[in-house]
Amino acid sequence: MYRSHVMICGGTGCTSSGSDKVAAAFEAEIITTGLDREVKVIRTGCFGLCALGPIVVIYPEGTFYSMVKPEDVAEIVQEHLLKGRPVIRLLYNETVAQDNTIKSLDQTSFYQKQKRIALRNCGVINPENIEEYIAFDGYAALGKALTEMTPDEVIQTVLDSGLRGRGGGGFPTGRKWQLACADRGKVEKYVCCNADEGDPGAFMDRSVLEGDPHCVIEAMAIAGYAIGADQGYVYVRAEYPIAVNRLRTAITQAREYGLLGKNIFGTDFSFDIDIKLGAGAFVCGEETALMTSIEGHRGEPRRRPPFPAKKGLFGRPTILNNVETYANIPQIILKGADWFRSMGTEKSPGTKVFALGGKIKHTGLVEVPMGTTLREIVEEIGGGIPGGKKFKAAQTGGPSGGCIPASLIDTPIDYDNLTAIGSMMGSGGLIVMDEDTCMVDIAKFFLEFTVDESCGKCTPCRVGTKRLLELLEKITSGKGTMRDLERIEELAQFIKENSLCGLGQTAPNPVLSTLQYFREEYLAHIQDKRCPAGVCKALLTYKIDPDKCRGCTLCARACPAGAINGSVRNPHNIDTLKCVKCGACMDTCRFGAISKG
Amino acid sequence: MKSLQELAAIRDRMRQTVNTREPGQNPIRVQVGMATCGIAMGARQVLNAFTEEVARRGLSGIMVTQTGCIGICQFEPVVEVFVPGQEKVTYVYMNPEKAARVVAEHLVGGKVVTEYTIGQAGREE
Repeated sequence: MYRSHVMICGGTGCTSSGSDKVAAAFEAEIITTGLDREVKVIRTGCFGLCALGPIVVIYPEGTFYSMVKPEDVAEIVQEHLLKGRPVIRLLYNETVAQDNTIKSLDQTSFYQKQKRIALRNCGVINPENIEEYIAFDGYAALGKALTEMTPDEVIQTVLDSGLRGRGGGGFPTGRKWQLACADRGKVEKYVCCNADEGDPGAFMDRSVLEGDPHCVIEAMAIAGYAIGADQGYVYVRAEYPIAVNRLRTAITQAREYGLLGKNIFGTDFSFDIDIKLGAGAFVCGEETALMTSIEGHRGEPRRRPPFPAKKGLFGRPTILNNVETYANIPQIILKGADWFRSMGTEKSPGTKVFALGGKIKHTGLVEVPMGTTLREIVEEIGGGIPGGKKFKAAQTGGPSGGCIPASLIDTPIDYDNLTAIGSMMGSGGLIVMDEDTCMVDIAKFFLEFTVDESCGKCTPCRVGTKRLLELLEKITSGKGTMRDLERIEELAQFIKENSLCGLGQTAPNPVLSTLQYFREEYLAHIQDKRCPAGVCKALLTYKIDPDKCRGCTLCARACPAGAINGSVRNPHNIDTLKCVKCGACMDTCRFGAISKG
Repeated sequence: MKSLQELAAIRDRMRQTVNTREPGQNPIRVQVGMATCGIAMGARQVLNAFTEEVARRGLSGIMVTQTGCIGICQFEPVVEVFVPGQEKVTYVYMNPEKAARVVAEHLVGGKVVTEYTIGQAGREE
């Protein structure tokens, strides 16, 4: 029996900031101090506060250490584990009160407003040990469904819960299952899991798979029982190695424990899951392209109808849900639809996981009830914008979504509200932008992404997005005209209406939503040949204010292009023809004499 | 997995292990003084004895934890027991056998082992 558990984040974020080395240091130090029979080191999934990784939480106290380095480990072991004195200087500062007493994590601004359902086990269990999952009621929902409920009752519960697809579309999950449930036991069917998380800045699904892989397996088995399928596939990106490994381990363990395989819980129900690795094409997140890819073909979408519920994988009825959607299912089965409906909003019950990124203090993963406002997420949970800068917009939904301007920061976030303001929920990437972000440039960034990722099957998407991008490039290089703006709107509408799949149909959204809310920025680029945020290089000029310049020559020495001339103690000036607009001069000037605009 | 009972058996066995990670659900706190003075007098064995005895009896709602020097080094090993709504109890001159008795009588039975408390044992010295 171990008196203390040292939980070290083994998610991708903390691993890349060195949590492997921290874990190894703990293991070594614990052996050196002879604590190896008293203290256990466990690698977990994501705690959410990725900005402060590597994260180490020590139980029974629940002490939260942030940014732990291997050099710190000996001190933590000696002081905390041996002598019972937490190392205050290494604690997450929000947990330390003024009188040096330690607050619980639930009282910090980052966690206070969160409600963890999909992420409930992330950071709490060892994802590579099925028994720890079982200890937190794991597989109890599958047991309940198989032994106490009929397949129709399972579907009805999911339907009543109001759970909607967390991959972005927001289609009611129960309805999807219902559409695929005909002819149970007569035809072969499939249950698929979409873990092809491709939006730039989104990592919710990865974290669920890394931190709690069994909940996805359990939910897929429940779905299999509900529609009458005995085979599942998880389609996951090959560039998520930790997630893939943990999922693989989890599937093996589930088979060993008889929770996958034949006659689960002594019933007639049999179910197994295989993993299919995706090569990282964004379009494979689209349902028909994903299934085509599992079949072994090039991942391209096809026309719908027929919808996958009737004719999906290998031409059989198939349901496809996203990782986060599945992560909610076991809890809904165990606690009931009413419990789930008690959170969130009327039309979007439950919670949503967001991956916070961009210009925000607490980069990381948060799960909040639907209906939480953007302001609460950005300012309270996210800790606001670093460097005292002003909030300008938040981008949700990745390349398919749009920008929410500061004026709409109090909008309660749910599927319908986001659609109404020209964005979309998307899978949950939330990128925060400050005043230094150029909205035309952002639209261009996302469009570059879709141009790259367009599979090329249909012309509106293949050619249309490329032409749209060229128009944006014209504007950011200062050559745009008002006619181009009209062309953009016309072309965007055309692409939306005529593309074959979701990728093309939503590709113009970043452009349209920035045009809707930040039209004046487009106009500044076109009419005044000016980039108000100072991002678009072609429109920038750097200037030295002769009154402020002391002639220290620092800038001239820093300039890689030799564009700055002037003699010592005399004001310098910049040769705009030679200037490459790198900004190095501005960074080195100690007198604030250099400005851009 | 052939039955729900089998699953429940694994869950119950593992509950003891994961209990440690739910500080919010463990209102009763047993705190062992583990500064240099305490360790020198055998506080670590006392701490482990508490952990093992609580686990062996399958008790829940109890957090066995440690703290630094309480300031009464002459009485080490010192153990404080916090039960919500009750006055703190301070046990002194503890050893693993006494720890097992405190678990049995105080934590399970709800009766303070008066003879080990600072009021009694401390005065006798």
